[in-house]
Amino acid sequence: MNQVLSYLPRPDLQVLIETLQAAGFHCVGPRVVDGAIGYGALDDAAQLPWGVTEMQAPGHYRLSDSDTPRCFAWANGPQALKPFLFAPRENLWTSRREADGGLHCDETLPEAMPLAVIGVRPCDLAALALHDQHFLRQAVSDPYYARRREALFLVAVNCTHPAATCFCVSTGDGPRATYGYDLALTELDDGYLVEAHSERGRAIAAVLPLAAEEEAQVAAADVALQQAADSQTRRLPGTHLQAPLFANLNHPRWDEVAERCLSCGNCTSVCPTCFCYSAHDQPTLAGDLVEHYREWDSCFTQGHSYIHGITLRAETAPRYRQWLTHKLGSWHAQYGRSGCVGCGRCIAWCPVGIDLTEEAAAICGEVAPA
Amino acid sequence: MNNKPRVAVHKFSSCDGCQLAFLNLGEALLELAELVDFAHFLEAGFVDAAAQVDIAFIEGSVSTPDDAARLLAIRANSRYLITIGACATAGGVQALRNLADAAAWTAAVYASPEFIHSLATSTPIRAQVKVDLELWGCPVNSRQVIAAIRALLFGVAPVTENDKVCMECKRRGNVCVLVARGEPCMGPVTRTGCGALCPSFGRDCYACYGPAENVNGAALANRFIGLGLAPAEVARRFLSINNAAPEFNAVGRAWQKAEPHDG
Repeated sequence: MNQVLSYLPRPDLQVLIETLQAAGFHCVGPRVVDGAIGYGALDDAAQLPWGVTEMQAPGHYRLSDSDTPRCFAWANGPQALKPFLFAPRENLWTSRREADGGLHCDETLPEAMPLAVIGVRPCDLAALALHDQHFLRQAVSDPYYARRREALFLVAVNCTHPAATCFCVSTGDGPRATYGYDLALTELDDGYLVEAHSERGRAIAAVLPLAAEEEAQVAAADVALQQAADSQTRRLPGTHLQAPLFANLNHPRWDEVAERCLSCGNCTSVCPTCFCYSAHDQPTLAGDLVEHYREWDSCFTQGHSYIHGITLRAETAPRYRQWLTHKLGSWHAQYGRSGCVGCGRCIAWCPVGIDLTEEAAAICGEVAPA
Repeated sequence: MNNKPRVAVHKFSSCDGCQLAFLNLGEALLELAELVDFAHFLEAGFVDAAAQVDIAFIEGSVSTPDDAARLLAIRANSRYLITIGACATAGGVQALRNLADAAAWTAAVYASPEFIHSLATSTPIRAQVKVDLELWGCPVNSRQVIAAIRALLFGVAPVTENDKVCMECKRRGNVCVLVARGEPCMGPVTRTGCGALCPSFGRDCYACYGPAENVNGAALANRFIGLGLAPAEVARRFLSINNAAPEFNAVGRAWQKAEPHDG
């Protein structure tokens, strides 16, 4: 394993961007946008968030500058890959009234351009795998998601800077990427260790100006990732919480958390695995054409549980319970694992700072390892 | 002349801004005129206040003795009655007088207060007559008005938009101004419909669309205190354009009482 060509000196990060562009990809990567790290168009490595770091706490997110020479010295921002694949709002089809009175429907599939995303965290790769399972590996796969998914090239960056809100170690989804990427980088002070994990990834890596990696570099990366894992203080009370959650459906904590919860849907919107949507028809004023949209919904809205004149979950306590029991509980029966990847976004981006790990622990108690 | 549905747009105590949802339609206004007849719409030049209509849109709150009498006649003449805007739906910013001594304000503002004939309170249309649909907003926008008319033309109930602004804000990809900047954003208790307009330009929502369904104003107010707002500032967040909406009124008044120097 020694003397593998897998070290990319920092000045050559630009070559990675240009190589991906030459291969036909539009590149996006982390950018500072409106006080947070989000994905934006990336043409020049100088656009990356050099020296930027961030502080996250329940209901709190702030960027700051530091003297680090790195550009991936931060934990994830408010959105994962979800908006790229499961569009926040999307026209699925249109229907038109024909002259003979009949209806004509047209599917409006997206034109997906090849997209290379640089800087994907391992938690978000785990979330992507769950979305692939949900959107692609059901009895009917989702062609809108599929088109964009096929056009996606993923450059993961192993996570050396988890936030205080992160708990991917306890869900088994980080801080090191182990699957689901084309290339993975580990950032060091002077460059990047590069791993290829797919044919496409190896093809890109083959034309990068890679140098032989040194043992000290590999050791430094291992130490950094171990420190990242050790620094996480939050955790879920177990990896399989279906039994304890469903044994506690009448726990007083549901009412207690509902007193604090705004039922605003921010947690589900930033969650990289939440996939609920609602459907709406938008007719033209003349009424001869209707566009059918789907858009992100949430188990915290009234519409989510509205059935034939009845709102099943009119109040916040049953909505929060629906979210947690599905996300951490019945997801196991549906998808073979928990729906939580430990990214901590629901904690940081909750306007009132409700902590999912704290609520799960209060409701489940301590759970014996599976 | 034909069988087109007849529409009236009535103004009560208001700034006229919601009627612009029609006038700002541009070319679509001509298209709308092909679908319905405007029987009464003063700003557009149609005058027949006593017309029998299929849909009456009402802008403004009940604020004068004349408002109250006029409203009963409109209800009797209209198949569907739809309120447009914060004034008609919640009493408007002028309902702030419900919390104060209206006569004293009138005396302080006007040189000859004896010419002012207003009620002691400003109330929403719903407090006087049955309302079939309420469109919130200060002002409402053209999209809301058109969606309501289009649904009724189809013969279906218009869709009620009652989610929080946060849902739309996240769909638009905005960074949360409350979490990332500590702004006292009212989005988590405010009804959607504006397209998360203010947060999309980096400022905090000020609740001009009124309360969403299932709001927890008390929890958001506690959060504002945590962000460093004084009790009087928290009260003002809730006692603004939609101060008379019960969900906002209760929270605002509670924090008003918590501040001995603020009213």
